[in-house]
Amino acid sequence: MARATTKTQTGKSLFTAELIIPAIGDAFKKLHPRALIRNPVMFVTACVALLMTILLVVGGDSLGIGFKLQLAMWLWLTVLFGTFAEALAEGRGKAQAASLRATKAELSAKRLKNGHLQQVPASQLCAGDIVLVETGDLIPADGEVVEGVASVNEAAITGESAPVIREAGGDRSAVTAGTRVISDQIKVRITAEPGQGFLDRMIALVEGAERQKTPNEIALTILLVGLTIIFLIAVGTIPSFASYAGGSIPVAILAALLITLIPTTIAALLSAIGIAGMDRLVRFNVLAKSGRAVEAAGDVDVLLLDKTGTITVGDRQASEFRPVAGTTPETLAEAALLASLADETPEGRSIVVLAREKFHIDTTRLPEGAEVIPFTAQTRISGVQVAGSLVQKGAVDSILKANPGSSEMAAATELRRVTDEIARAGGTPLAVAKDGKLLGAIFLKDVVKAGIRERFAELREMGIRTVMITGDNPLTAAAIAAEAGVDDFLAQATPEDKLDLIRQEQTGGRLVAMCGDGTNDAPALAQADVGVAMNTGTQAAREAGNMVDLDSDPTKLIEVVGLGKQLLMTRGALTTFSVANDVAKYFAIIPAMFVALYPGLGVLNIMGLATPQSAILSAIIFNALIIPLLVPLALKGVAYKPMGAGPLLARNLAVYGLGGLVAPFIGIKLIDLAVGGLGLA
Amino acid sequence: MTFQGWILIFVFVGILLALTKPVGAWLFALYEGRRTPLHWVLGPVENGFYTLAGIDPTEEQSWRRYAVHMLLFNFVLMIFTYAVLRLQGLLPLNGLGYAGIGADGAFNTAVSFTTNTNWQWYSGEATLSNLSQMLGLTIHNFLSAATGIALAFALFRGFARREMQSLGNFWADVTRVTLYLLLPICFVYALFLIASGVPQTLAASVDVMTLEGAKQTLALGPVASQEAIKMLGTNGGGFFNANSAHPFENPTALTNLVQMLSIFMIGFGLTWCFGKAVGNSRQGWAILAAMLVLFVAGVTVTYWQEAAGNPVLHALGTTGGNMEGKEVRFGIAASALFSVITTAASCGAVNAMHDSFTALGGMIPLFNIQLGEIVIGGVGAGIYGFLLFAILAVFVAGLMVGRTPEYVGKKIEAREVKLAVLAIAILPLCILGFTAVSAVLPAGLVSPLNAGPHGFSEILYAFSSATGNNGSAFAGLTAGTPFYNSLLGIAMWLGRFFVIVPMLAIAGSLAAKTYTPQSAGSFPTTGPLWVGLLVGIILIVGGLTFLPSLALGPIADHLAMIDGQLF
Repeated sequence: MARATTKTQTGKSLFTAELIIPAIGDAFKKLHPRALIRNPVMFVTACVALLMTILLVVGGDSLGIGFKLQLAMWLWLTVLFGTFAEALAEGRGKAQAASLRATKAELSAKRLKNGHLQQVPASQLCAGDIVLVETGDLIPADGEVVEGVASVNEAAITGESAPVIREAGGDRSAVTAGTRVISDQIKVRITAEPGQGFLDRMIALVEGAERQKTPNEIALTILLVGLTIIFLIAVGTIPSFASYAGGSIPVAILAALLITLIPTTIAALLSAIGIAGMDRLVRFNVLAKSGRAVEAAGDVDVLLLDKTGTITVGDRQASEFRPVAGTTPETLAEAALLASLADETPEGRSIVVLAREKFHIDTTRLPEGAEVIPFTAQTRISGVQVAGSLVQKGAVDSILKANPGSSEMAAATELRRVTDEIARAGGTPLAVAKDGKLLGAIFLKDVVKAGIRERFAELREMGIRTVMITGDNPLTAAAIAAEAGVDDFLAQATPEDKLDLIRQEQTGGRLVAMCGDGTNDAPALAQADVGVAMNTGTQAAREAGNMVDLDSDPTKLIEVVGLGKQLLMTRGALTTFSVANDVAKYFAIIPAMFVALYPGLGVLNIMGLATPQSAILSAIIFNALIIPLLVPLALKGVAYKPMGAGPLLARNLAVYGLGGLVAPFIGIKLIDLAVGGLGLA
Repeated sequence: MTFQGWILIFVFVGILLALTKPVGAWLFALYEGRRTPLHWVLGPVENGFYTLAGIDPTEEQSWRRYAVHMLLFNFVLMIFTYAVLRLQGLLPLNGLGYAGIGADGAFNTAVSFTTNTNWQWYSGEATLSNLSQMLGLTIHNFLSAATGIALAFALFRGFARREMQSLGNFWADVTRVTLYLLLPICFVYALFLIASGVPQTLAASVDVMTLEGAKQTLALGPVASQEAIKMLGTNGGGFFNANSAHPFENPTALTNLVQMLSIFMIGFGLTWCFGKAVGNSRQGWAILAAMLVLFVAGVTVTYWQEAAGNPVLHALGTTGGNMEGKEVRFGIAASALFSVITTAASCGAVNAMHDSFTALGGMIPLFNIQLGEIVIGGVGAGIYGFLLFAILAVFVAGLMVGRTPEYVGKKIEAREVKLAVLAIAILPLCILGFTAVSAVLPAGLVSPLNAGPHGFSEILYAFSSATGNNGSAFAGLTAGTPFYNSLLGIAMWLGRFFVIVPMLAIAGSLAAKTYTPQSAGSFPTTGPLWVGLLVGIILIVGGLTFLPSLALGPIADHLAMIDGQLF
């Protein structure tokens, strides 16, 4: 279901009118110098466009006004295409933020104070207040359930319409503002100060208001500024060289050369790539608290994966009955069935199914007067008292302890042997006893998810190591690890073990990603470089992680890594493309600029562009048009397939490096033909 | 082009490839501060120096401290040489009675030798006393080379060390390199040169009777000892004006080959030493491969152009390649090869006059210098310059594998990119900036010998050579004017130390980082793909910066030649 929502959201095209039209308006708003200066290369471009506009009025060179007008127009368009790309990337987030804001505006609370109930706007709630939320109410602010159980529809946040249970105590106590209680009532202690709740943060995140440049983006911006400075020097010294050669180059031409050389393409798309990368995560129902976390995801070396739910399907299935001490399998199956009829857990149900299928025992309900003994965390045993006899099933140690007489017997020794075998085969044993006599064990098998082995192989190829985290004993863990194909495992893991493992990997220079939900996961989530908290988890876990998965699907950690890589790759690919473009632009402009000084330099016009003016105009037009042409790529990200760095680099270099060299030769030539055909220059 | 010519080029590269590992291993021992067999003899000398100067060679220095000590050392030495040149007339060993050098000339020369440039505005045998040559200049030949290698070691340590704040000890590095590498090789090398006929004497000159019966005074001096370190330390400052084209500097075909080999020998070795230092010799070979691609391409163009000769002269009935400005003893192949080697490395010694090359043949040496002399490059300076480009290449393309760019286990982040760009941008700033100034000011315009694009090439070459710390002259330009002496001196200083300081800062920043283990997901920095990428980035970033100036200089010159116009 989670997938379905994700799909409907991604299915929406990037380029609908409702996104494009407001983006055009925003593109103009972003021309404000304060906004432009954030992107130094585009700021330089805007300055040059302004200069060109002034030259239109001032004149003072031999160039025709029509030619300069076109240059000025294309320079402004270059800037506008850049701001448009950014506005378009922000557009989807803005729409989503607006709907979240609407939800927030209508929140009000029933606050309990000194035993009185008072209706207050949600904005007045402070951390520590207790509120009552009844059926049909929206939860007014983030908090923790302190009393009661309720089913809650969290669709407003997760897009997932199936309700979830929220109850006091344990790992499912966190509730989020804007979600609706659809049955029962709960008392909630507010944990978020006004304006700092999950909803507020989500609004800020999807809107991109808090967006700060990520470390990688900063480094790339520095590189682009550096290239701009180098090309400023290269272009700025030309007038002097030309004067040595006994001529002069009009300022408008130099301005055009500068703009084609500086990396406008990647600079224009840089922030759009970042925003779109975050947005891809949001559409994937994962909220990253910072862009830094998304980048870190791409760098991850080690994935810590919880066994249950990620590597194996959440529930263990009974697969075999292993009697001991002369008990027949049928007897064991019958007892197991009786002890499980009232057990509504998937494991319990699978025991019933197995007993039915294997031994055709068709008891479907407990006899009259049977008394069910429910499972408790203390006894770790459940069972049933029926017709004067007691049938128990539970953890092997607990059963042995509950039936002390039996531990002396040969049956106990045999049971230990059998349970060891089960553990070694990757299963979990459940012991069954009847009236103090050990009958045998049920083999509960962990079912490894289909296709997970291949996923791990892919990850290995990408250089990422997978470590399975499980509470199972080492024997069971080793067997499941081998079956699933993980690289390593941590058995009988305590939260401290997990934390230690993360620290140890980090000391070795590796970046670690993990996901978790419980309060005791919080330290590890905070320590990990990428910590994905499950939305169903506790408030503490959600605070500690740097991402929250709204679908609470631990498998998504793998996809998150992929999305991080895709973001970095898109940046790298467009940078390479942009830099490689310069070669062709030089071959267009250098001969056009210098042919008057040294006619021989005309041979450098290898594209055979019609006239010097047409060559310069075509280069500028190509430089501008390539930006909107690449917007879809910037927003969708480059195609990403999991593979090793070597083949990946070869592929991307061929497409974006070689492509970047060749494409502008073709593009500029075609534009030159059009410019000539239309008589523009 | 001849078969023999190509044999020479292949033999040359082959010998160097064979020498790479042994030389690299020797360098690596010095890099690590290990004992070498020479320690039996020279160990006490080394320790004597430390005791005398009060230096603890085991004391580790931060990048700042390393940089400050290096700068102070070089600055004091420069002042010393300035004083020796100014006071030359009052000092001994001045057999021909030369006067002291003027302020601008002495400044230019002092900077020139301190920065390993060895640009010479003067003609040595007619300007400098033997004392000036030995005390003023030859010490720089050793110490500027040792400084370069020490700096390369510091950068290697930046890559190799993990979470450390220090880069080694500058004094220990310089002393060890001088004592265990440069001096021993030069000793043997100088003996070989003497045996081949190079003079080594304190006598200033000898008078001979020529065949026509006229008396001729031939300048002499301690040539062999200066010649050895001139080549080995990629200095290039000749004893005589004609440099390695002079029979007293470079008498035979064999000395010519040995001179060429010795320019590149340490540079080849350093690539291996780098690989070893970062724990993967393939990293070193990959760098060497990228350098060799650029080198062989350069040699091919120059040799081809020179062998093809000048079509204008062919039209007049001459045949064969371009022999103008070349020694008949060496011929076209050895001259073309020498010119590309000397400019690929920041040597600057010449055995032919680059100004007389064909336009494109002469453009390759110019372009080599403009790239920053990173193709093998000057001792130490070549590889640290190359590594700056490697950082840039890793950053531009490294993102394409979906990870934060890494190079040999170190993450390349904002600080490294900023510093690398700073170091790389100083080249176009000085080369193009100073050329632009000189191409319009009257003081700049009086010096070029030739008109048109060729004259422009002369100015461009001078500032490229100075900024790149090459020191070879295109000739033609009358550089000994106060204007050029001052401007070129500044260009040499900026081109050396304004690259070094950011480079050391990078080393410091890298040393402090943790090591990221390499995995299948790491950006591959060995293998052909990486080599191709490096070459591409160097040509695009380095090349495109200088294309407009090259178009107005050698390219215009070449195209005019095809049209039958010579400058």
